[in-house]
Amino acid sequence: MTSASAPPVPAEPVPGRGSGRRSGGGRGPARDVAGLGVGRALGFVAPAMLLIGAFLIFPALWTIYIGVTNYRLTGVEAVSPSIVGLSNYTKALNDALFHNALWLTLLFVLGSAIIGQNVLGFTLAWVMRRTRPAVRRTVEAFVLLAWILPSTVVAYLWVAFYDRDGGTLNSLLGTPGTAWLIDYPMACLVVFNTWRGTAFSMMLYSSALQAVPPSQLESARMVGASGWQTLRDVVFPHIRGHVLTNTLLISLWTANDFSPFLLTKGGPNHESETVPVYIYNVALQGGELGYSSAISFLLLIANLLVSLVYLRLLRRRS
Amino acid sequence: MRSLSRLTTAGVLGAAALALLTGCLGSSDSGSGDQDANRNADAKKVELTFGSNSVKGGKSSAGATFVEDVLIPKFVADQKGKGVDVTVKFQGDGSDDEVYKQKLSLDLSNKSGPDLFQIDGIWVGEFAQANYIKPLTDTVGDAAKVDDWDGWKQIPESVQALGSYNGQRYGVPGGTDGRVLYFNKKLFQQAGLPADWQPKSWADIISAGQALKKIAGVTPIQINAGTAMGEATTMQGVLPLLVGTGATVNSDGKWLGNNEQLRQVLDFYHQVYSTGLGDPVLQREAKGRDKSFAEFAANKIGILLESDYFWRSVVEPKEGVAKMADRDTAVGWAMIPARQPGAGVKGQDFVSMSGGGATVINPNTKFPQQAWEFLQFMNSAEMVKESLAGAAKITQRSDVNSEVLKSDPMLSFVAEKVLPITQYRPGRAEYPKISAALQQATADVVGGKSTDAAAAAYGKAVETAAGGKDKVNSN
Repeated sequence: MTSASAPPVPAEPVPGRGSGRRSGGGRGPARDVAGLGVGRALGFVAPAMLLIGAFLIFPALWTIYIGVTNYRLTGVEAVSPSIVGLSNYTKALNDALFHNALWLTLLFVLGSAIIGQNVLGFTLAWVMRRTRPAVRRTVEAFVLLAWILPSTVVAYLWVAFYDRDGGTLNSLLGTPGTAWLIDYPMACLVVFNTWRGTAFSMMLYSSALQAVPPSQLESARMVGASGWQTLRDVVFPHIRGHVLTNTLLISLWTANDFSPFLLTKGGPNHESETVPVYIYNVALQGGELGYSSAISFLLLIANLLVSLVYLRLLRRRS
Repeated sequence: MRSLSRLTTAGVLGAAALALLTGCLGSSDSGSGDQDANRNADAKKVELTFGSNSVKGGKSSAGATFVEDVLIPKFVADQKGKGVDVTVKFQGDGSDDEVYKQKLSLDLSNKSGPDLFQIDGIWVGEFAQANYIKPLTDTVGDAAKVDDWDGWKQIPESVQALGSYNGQRYGVPGGTDGRVLYFNKKLFQQAGLPADWQPKSWADIISAGQALKKIAGVTPIQINAGTAMGEATTMQGVLPLLVGTGATVNSDGKWLGNNEQLRQVLDFYHQVYSTGLGDPVLQREAKGRDKSFAEFAANKIGILLESDYFWRSVVEPKEGVAKMADRDTAVGWAMIPARQPGAGVKGQDFVSMSGGGATVINPNTKFPQQAWEFLQFMNSAEMVKESLAGAAKITQRSDVNSEVLKSDPMLSFVAEKVLPITQYRPGRAEYPKISAALQQATADVVGGKSTDAAAAAYGKAVETAAGGKDKVNSN
């Protein structure tokens, strides 16, 4: 993904530097090490808890609550919504458009994050590792630029790029009149998001590659390992943890990304309507706030599940 | 352990949050309903905001220019004469109507938003149901004060309905319009078609399209379709065709379902968009409607169904969004034919649809009395005439219309020939949902689905939107 509000990279357990009890070692049997006492300790965490409560837990609960009502943006149900139980959820499970949105989100995540950003990011990091610093910095600057520009600006540029009449892509390829965003909406979005989000993977892999001991690379070369063999047997084992972290983060960001809306509005005829776009269209275009909240909650659960799987994987490794 | 305490914290916070939630949803409107309508009636310093989906140099530029440069200064001067210091802020917008509506609804649901604002006539129902707007007599507090306004006598009943819901006036309408088929006379000449073209049936439209198709680089027919154009698809596409089959979208309180007439309309779409008479891609583009205007102005579209707005604000040579310097000679217009002569609604040969907006007062305004004064001032004969700035437009006031329409052949055509045969959309709260289902049906057809599949999907969607099978006409 891509949104400018991307959270900072969490401290990453470095594989190979071993020790199961790394940074968090002091937390083991939590005796009162700092000598604060329960009261003061609570005082210290209270501000953080309040923030989390106000901006994370409360909205999540609010979403759950709206999700069991038939609340609408306009009309009678805007004044006096009633509780409809789980019917929004059963409706979602039988909603062909929701299935469509899930499928498209999967394609989007798979194409642009798991494959696109990962592979391109790693390739850039791998290739740039040996180039002259000047070249590397220039390339990095351009890739980063794609990442830090505001979404609206970027969307405008890409709409112009893909445009049917006088778009850049059509003049480059000599294919006037091809409506890329209409004929191949998902492919366009995948390319767009790969371009947009690669910077993160590139940076993460650049630093991860530094963790690969040069001596091992050297030995691999001595015994005549091919480039691919070196990657597979020397480099990859060292950075497996990074790959996992990176893939998790970019998958989640991509799955929740709203910028496809800026390019296609989910169209034509729902062909690029990923889940976040679908939620927006249901909520505001259709005014069905209750139903859209139910779907938001399902998306939240999907996010949690993915994170859980990832945590499991990480734990198993260490 | 750590996770346990975290769970506890989350639980405590959750319980607190749930306690807060209970009863929050749905602005139980006891507050605003009991507000004193005479609040701030004697204020000497008044601030009003006027919201409209128009902006200088962009969407409906002329309207925005009038409000900002003429209406507001004159009202301020008028009030100064009465010793009141008024500031009126214009809150312009230049977006799609649906987006404007979303923004307004969100504002209004939080009891904010401009003091006065313009809305489409078909939103009145759902806004009223949501208590976002109230009958004028409630907001102003004094029924006589509202009903005795002399302007009402000049506004025809059918036009007043644009600002009414369940027989109550919620706002003052701002004129109406009528839909016709526009055609490019230059292209018609090349195709050997008459300059005074008047099709008598849908087949006539198709055969003209086939003649136009022979000119390279020309899209013969543009009938709005798809979801991207929103209400423009319903109003400049489905509904004018539908009344041409003899049906209306709501008759005797029942909504149009998957019936013969609907399938006839979808068949027509199919005929246009699957045989190269229309451009299916344009209907699916995010900015398709604007592009269709640009293409018509560039002599690339032969026939286009639009309201008189197209003539006044789109191809208008000086201020239009897609200016045509030779509009007066190059653009022709014709009435929309029924499917066959006599097959239209009420047995008519020709049909049309009309709509229009209304200006309403925000029930939560700080200055209800001054807002009503502004509304009257805005709709006085003098101001309505000023709003035309020399150009013609079908206004809400009959006295003004009889004076100004003579100067414009297109608009007097609409007033004399189209308005007597036109239909209005039902001012019911479910309408926008039905309209969205109709748009989706055309999107399906243009996207390649069969008419029957699209109609069946529509039939299902309507039953949900209307709230039951018994509220739908299908056969």
